[in-house]
Amino acid sequence: MNVPMKTVKNKRIKIITGNHAAAHAFRQAKVGVVAAYPITPQSPVVEKISEFVEKGKLNAKFVMVESEHSAAAVCCAASATGSRVGTATSSHGLELMYELLPWAAGNRLPIVINLATRALGAPWSVWTDHQDFITIRDVGWIQMFCEDNQEIYDTNIQAFKIAEDPRVFIPAIVAYDGYILSHTLMPMKLENQKDIDEFLPPLKHHINLSDISQVKGIDPVTTPHVIKRAEGTAPGYYEYRYALQKALENSIEIIINVHDEYAEKFGRAYGNGLFKTFKTKDADMIIFAMGSVASQARVAIKKLREKGLKIGLLSLKLFRPFPAKYLREYFKDFKNIIVFDRDIGYGFEGVLSYELKAALYGLKNSPFIKGFIVGLGGRDVTNEHIINGVYKGLEASKKGEITHDTEFLGLKLEELDFLKQEDNKNG
Amino acid sequence: MVNVMDLVEEEFIYPGTRACAGCAMALIYRIALKALGPKTIITVPASCLTVLHGMQGFCTTKVSVLHTPFMTTAASASGIVASLEEKGLADEISVVAFAGDGGTTDIGIQSLSGAAERGTNFIYACYDNEAYMNTGVQRSGSTPLGAFSTTTPGGKKSHKKNMPKILEAHGIPYVATANGSYPLDIYEKFQKARKIKGTKYLHILSPCPPGWGFPPKDTIKIGRLAVQTGFWPMYEVINGKYFLSKDSQKYLDPSKRKPIEDYLKTQKRFDKITREEIKNYKQYIDDQWTEIRKRVENY
Repeated sequence: MNVPMKTVKNKRIKIITGNHAAAHAFRQAKVGVVAAYPITPQSPVVEKISEFVEKGKLNAKFVMVESEHSAAAVCCAASATGSRVGTATSSHGLELMYELLPWAAGNRLPIVINLATRALGAPWSVWTDHQDFITIRDVGWIQMFCEDNQEIYDTNIQAFKIAEDPRVFIPAIVAYDGYILSHTLMPMKLENQKDIDEFLPPLKHHINLSDISQVKGIDPVTTPHVIKRAEGTAPGYYEYRYALQKALENSIEIIINVHDEYAEKFGRAYGNGLFKTFKTKDADMIIFAMGSVASQARVAIKKLREKGLKIGLLSLKLFRPFPAKYLREYFKDFKNIIVFDRDIGYGFEGVLSYELKAALYGLKNSPFIKGFIVGLGGRDVTNEHIINGVYKGLEASKKGEITHDTEFLGLKLEELDFLKQEDNKNG
Repeated sequence: MVNVMDLVEEEFIYPGTRACAGCAMALIYRIALKALGPKTIITVPASCLTVLHGMQGFCTTKVSVLHTPFMTTAASASGIVASLEEKGLADEISVVAFAGDGGTTDIGIQSLSGAAERGTNFIYACYDNEAYMNTGVQRSGSTPLGAFSTTTPGGKKSHKKNMPKILEAHGIPYVATANGSYPLDIYEKFQKARKIKGTKYLHILSPCPPGWGFPPKDTIKIGRLAVQTGFWPMYEVINGKYFLSKDSQKYLDPSKRKPIEDYLKTQKRFDKITREEIKNYKQYIDDQWTEIRKRVENY
């Protein structure tokens, strides 16, 4: 946040949208194969990339496929053939890719997907919430969320470096709110190609089908058992999946290191690379949120502080792997946490809310956590909603009321005429 | 015409695969790999070929194989091709997708159509054993009229989908049909396809002893009956021009064709076929050959 601009006249400062920030990051990461299918609000990413390819600014193969399912399949195969690979999508596009997501993770393919978040139907919506991002929680990808266009660009460059680290080899998704960032112009800095090249060396892949001197049978049927043969011992499915989980757990430190290296080289940091904090030094109460909701909370916090509340923000950047250890350490001295989810684990609570509760389980003097649902399907998240939530949370904390009931802030049931008629009927 | 002595001696499948006894697909694959040579990358969806390829960490072929989810075969091939093109290796290495009839005519048709429309430079080979054999003989879009499957216990009520025609409508440079019982023809067609740039489609009938209900020793005989009865014409469409393959040419003359009953009665899956359906088959074959005759005469 607060991009430190050394000089306003810097010719590398461009005023571009979040989608184009992602496209420029792909260009400068020298992505070799891009396969994409249009979907609102992501489409300008791949339009821009195809323009780069057409003009010779990016030496990549652009495959305009007939569905997101095929986009993901092309990405997987091109990655397995040894190319640096990426795409972008939203909402139903990501859901259609779903089958290939655990496949890419299991195959340890360092693909990067940009996600301009958008609500899932039905009913149709093209506006933002974080449900698409949350729904792929368990596929085994690294999942990161951004709050501004500069962060989208910086996170993409870092995502390739993290995903391609031989200790990691896990695909990554970089998310940002549809329209709120995807279509909003912001000033941001594009770095020198030379510096990006230094930071992000060419991919050295563990799989490369194009090297036909080595014969490979990739992803055959794999039994529950370890198999021993004269040719050697082959792991079972269980061992493969254990390796994925451990690599994800261990990737947190690599994510921090890559972030720190980037911050040192380019002068921009995003908290500790896992989460960003705002006005927390003297705070006894924290708002926990992600993306557009965290951005809005920054404004609301200024207003709450005028009213005398010692309140700050923790904006989650890394959602998977969930940085539980770091969150436990950070939250151990706070009394109250108010969580605002622009998503919901249907049938339970907001997902950030219950994941944080799980992460803090067993802490001594564990903070009181109260979660709210906000802004599904692009309903505006206003200062009023956040301020209202904070006071409600404080009240619940005083009473010590622990409940898993969800509360939607910013609902307008009172404006629905048919409900009024029902009320009248019922006397 | 290729002679048996012309075949490459080198084998590209190791012995002792997990394919069933009498599997025509194993024969088709063996011959195809000989024609394609070592500079080949294969991609395969869930199918009987996944079984042939063996398990976990070990590969039964001498060429690289990328397994991929069911509906992605042609997209997977597109990804390999794109990556090879990026690296300037596209002219050196052939990319070949091998899928079953379910993976082609049903779940994979969208990605295949997309890849063909884009003119992706690869060979797509469908080995057609006329049902989901790997999962236990469920009907596919390629199961023929009257055939028993575990999801058509009373026999299928419609004809099989004419996939080669659908691919032909994409305007690709090479479409061919073939049959596991004519290995030299298969060899020649793969060799030809390998040299053509663009999307090449081969649809190969692959008799399946357990799925069709005949003894493994009869695979070749039954594949031949499919051709001899006129049920399975073998042809090529090269840049829009139709060529009837040598082994099918004499069946332009209806009197040379064996009665369709000779083919149907050899397989348990047609045990419950009705008289109506047999009549339907006769018409189907006649219509098919009327069309072939027109196309042959046109060129």
